Amino acid sequence: MSIYEKYMRIDKFPHIWCPGCGYGIAMKSVMRAIDRVGIKNDDITMVSGIGCSSRTPGYLDFNTLHTTHGRALPFATGVKMAKPEMNIIVVTGDGDATAIGGNHFIHAARRNIDMTVLVYNNYIYGMTGGQYSPTTPQGKFATTAPYGNIEPPFDVCNLAAAAGASFVARGTVYHAVPLDKLIEQALRKKGFSVVEVLNPCPTSFGRRNKQPTPVIMMNWMKENCIPKVKYDKMSDEEKVGKIPIGVFVDIEKPEYTEQYQLLIDRAQSLAK
Amino acid sequence: MAKKKVFLQGNEACAEGALAAGVKFFAGYPITPSSEIAEVLSRRLPMVGGKFIQMEDEIASMGAVIGASLAGAKSITATSGPGFSLKQENLGFACITEVPVVVVNVMRGGPSTGLPTCTSQSDVMQARWGTHGDHPIIALVPWSVEESFHLTVRAFNLSEKYRTPVILLLDEVVGHMREAIEIPDPSELEIVNRKKPTCKPEEYLPYDLNNEVNPLPAFGEGYRFHVTGLNHDATGFPTNDSKLVQKDEERLMNKLLNHLDDILTWEEYMTDDMEILVYAYGSTARSAIAAVKQAREEGIKAGLFRPITLWPFPDDKTREMVSKVKKVIVPEVNLGMIIGEVKRVSPKEDINIVGVNRADGETIVPQQILDKIKELS
Ligand SMILES: Cc1ncc(C[n+]2csc(CCOP(=O)(O)OP(=O)(O)O)c2C)c(N)n1
Ligand code: SF4
Repeated sequence: MSIYEKYMRIDKFPHIWCPGCGYGIAMKSVMRAIDRVGIKNDDITMVSGIGCSSRTPGYLDFNTLHTTHGRALPFATGVKMAKPEMNIIVVTGDGDATAIGGNHFIHAARRNIDMTVLVYNNYIYGMTGGQYSPTTPQGKFATTAPYGNIEPPFDVCNLAAAAGASFVARGTVYHAVPLDKLIEQALRKKGFSVVEVLNPCPTSFGRRNKQPTPVIMMNWMKENCIPKVKYDKMSDEEKVGKIPIGVFVDIEKPEYTEQYQLLIDRAQSLAK
Repeated sequence: MAKKKVFLQGNEACAEGALAAGVKFFAGYPITPSSEIAEVLSRRLPMVGGKFIQMEDEIASMGAVIGASLAGAKSITATSGPGFSLKQENLGFACITEVPVVVVNVMRGGPSTGLPTCTSQSDVMQARWGTHGDHPIIALVPWSVEESFHLTVRAFNLSEKYRTPVILLLDEVVGHMREAIEIPDPSELEIVNRKKPTCKPEEYLPYDLNNEVNPLPAFGEGYRFHVTGLNHDATGFPTNDSKLVQKDEERLMNKLLNHLDDILTWEEYMTDDMEILVYAYGSTARSAIAAVKQAREEGIKAGLFRPITLWPFPDDKTREMVSKVKKVIVPEVNLGMIIGEVKRVSPKEDINIVGVNRADGETIVPQQILDKIKELS
């Protein structure tokens, strides 16, 4: 049995994603990472919000919870607190995680609750047909930014790091092999781990921004996403338009559910 | 073991009721006049190995209790008006996914931030219709501290039995007043727990149309199923099949409507020979009973009907009560909400149904109801 058969709900295919969408590549990367860590299907709860990316849990044979737009992290927090032994993977889009779910995102990171959060960033609202998101670069076009976006974007990794995540990384679906490794590291990390996954959305983003085919979008990632080690050595002029990928944060700090167990122990010994 | 006599606030009794029912998880966001429920549970839950978390808002709190319930923990959240509005999105999620949770709303004045420290009964319609879409809901309304304890236990029992969110509507007066109550020994309480599947995991259907209420395993117990807020088929996966969706929506409604005998509760006082019916719930019913007794002393045959289950609405029983009289008074701390339901079910003969209302943050006092009784008699 291939590892994909082990983790997929084969009978739920075909999937809903457009041809050329990167979510299938990302999903396979997640499966390979899980397999390397060796987590049993039943010990994983995969939680998502609403969006194209958030449909991922439906295709995977875990305990799966497809919630409301932006709210995956609160639901995941409830599951994790009730069952701390459960491995939690959250799948969320850039709009889901940083717009409607922005508050939940920073607070889950601040608490440092143990879960792996995959923020699939395609710079756009895919599912609703291409409106601009908090990560849409300035000047890019969207159905609701017909004159070009004037809002400065969030950097998902900076946001996660500033809010207190204990592991933060960025990968792309073009760089699938390194992506496996990043997700694996995130899964192994005890604490709030974020992997931003850059993903081509030819349908809703590319078409409006002079990247009309999946191949053009993939090539754009290949040329502009630079390993962090190399990026850090580049001059300011060289950095323009380039995006670093790799691990940004990997630190040890107290994890929420472990702290809560200590609190329970304290409360129970006081009660005696 | 003997019963324990204690002096408690309604909110504290609610928290005690939750603990007696076996609650293991609370998520909430502080808001007057409900915060004591969170405060008591933040102290008491860890003692029983349960978990408390103060989330970043009410939307998150509602999501967290649903997640915890799916992971097998009996879960509760508590709030008041504005917070209850925020919970509606995920309350709808709990309805369509059939996840048992208890939501307490200690009602205060409104709309919006309204009257934070004052009483109200103006969320009774929000409890029924606050979230979008078709769905059933159970809402219970206690009138005393003691009943706050017992109805919280019952709220958990009903939510577990019918796989549905249950709303407990306290009003500020009930939430904050203190009374001496008897807390029964745990062995004396009936505690219901959700049915778990006994079939093989590959045969398990979380939303089988052939069952009114399907068993619900916890995540991690070997039954890997999909939960989505989208309309779904028997397996829990999204579907647009209109026939199937219609059937499932009807099942959702009927799982409660077919069991009204079990769900509906009420109390009647001096209704046998009554000529004027007072129809009141929550703390307003306390004023109503005083008014009814006073009226009787003055020779007026008044009676009180007090619904305890407000949703589903006790249509038949209300019709029966209303049919006995020509005059009905519905006092409410709002500008007229449940009176509409009473009118809806009443036979359209010459029955005079009038309200006694206030929305100024004060309780309706017995004299106001008595005045109305006298006016009609
Ligand atoms: C409360 C609410 N508001 C709005 C929507 C509509 N909606 C669905 S998906 C989505 C955005 C999806 O974008 P993103 O999170 O970036 O995910 P993608 O589809 O690009 O993977 C929106 C706005 C909704 N479902 N719920
Ligand atoms: S709209 Fe974009 S993100 Fe959504 S499936 Fe299509 S390509 Fe993927």
